[in-house]
Amino acid sequence: MGEKHVLKVRGLYNNIRQICDFVTEGAQAAGLGEGAMFHIELACDEACTNIIEHAYEGENVGEIVVSWWVAGSDFVVTFRDNGRSFDPTNVPPPAITDLSTTADPENLRVGGLGIHFMRNLMDDIQYSFDPNKGNTLTMIKHIVGE
Amino acid sequence: MSESELNISVETLKRVAVVTVDGRIDSTNAGQLDNTLKQLLEDGQNNLVIKLSDVEYMSSAGLRAIVAALREAKKKRGDVRIAEPSERVTEVFSLAGLTALFETYDDLTAAVGSF
Repeated sequence: MGEKHVLKVRGLYNNIRQICDFVTEGAQAAGLGEGAMFHIELACDEACTNIIEHAYEGENVGEIVVSWWVAGSDFVVTFRDNGRSFDPTNVPPPAITDLSTTADPENLRVGGLGIHFMRNLMDDIQYSFDPNKGNTLTMIKHIVGE
Repeated sequence: MSESELNISVETLKRVAVVTVDGRIDSTNAGQLDNTLKQLLEDGQNNLVIKLSDVEYMSSAGLRAIVAALREAKKKRGDVRIAEPSERVTEVFSLAGLTALFETYDDLTAAVGSF
């Protein structure tokens, strides 16, 4: 396993950009291309937004600890928080039944998009909860040159 | 750190309001876009074109604001159409599986003229 890089910030929307920059700079250093870096940035953004909104249920409630490292041919990112147990991997995908321009407006409700993005943008996501350590979300992107 | 850079301008034409967005749309500022779109719809502007050529980044928070506007516009028999989406915005719509929900135009004039 390569060197582990860690950043700890308060759970504020205004800190999400700092987290994303921290992780994408790591992704760049690991050799990932621009497209993959965009995917990682978006997945990190969605992961942090979920922590603030669902684990902490508000801003400035607790901290978000982000780590990244390289393990073989994988770029690994973890997010830890001490909010309530929230498993994003259990959230169902967004359900819009009619995806046409003539769709009934009442059916145009999209929830769970952030998690849908994380699932689709990363190669693997895993979740664990420990009553002492809180939530840990691990996201993996395979290092493939573009 | 501060709120991400986002500039929104509105041009009201006869039958359409054109909303031009420039910058990053994320959870720090999606509310700004949401409020602009809601206000236009409250003011009776039910046909909206959102120009997204200068949006370099958009998270699901931005997408939710646009879908919410579409929902309200459709209730009032209007529509929200997308003009000149950047490559990243196109990718985000596609990732969300929402491409087919919006009429999208490569040219702003064509988007305005479609109403």
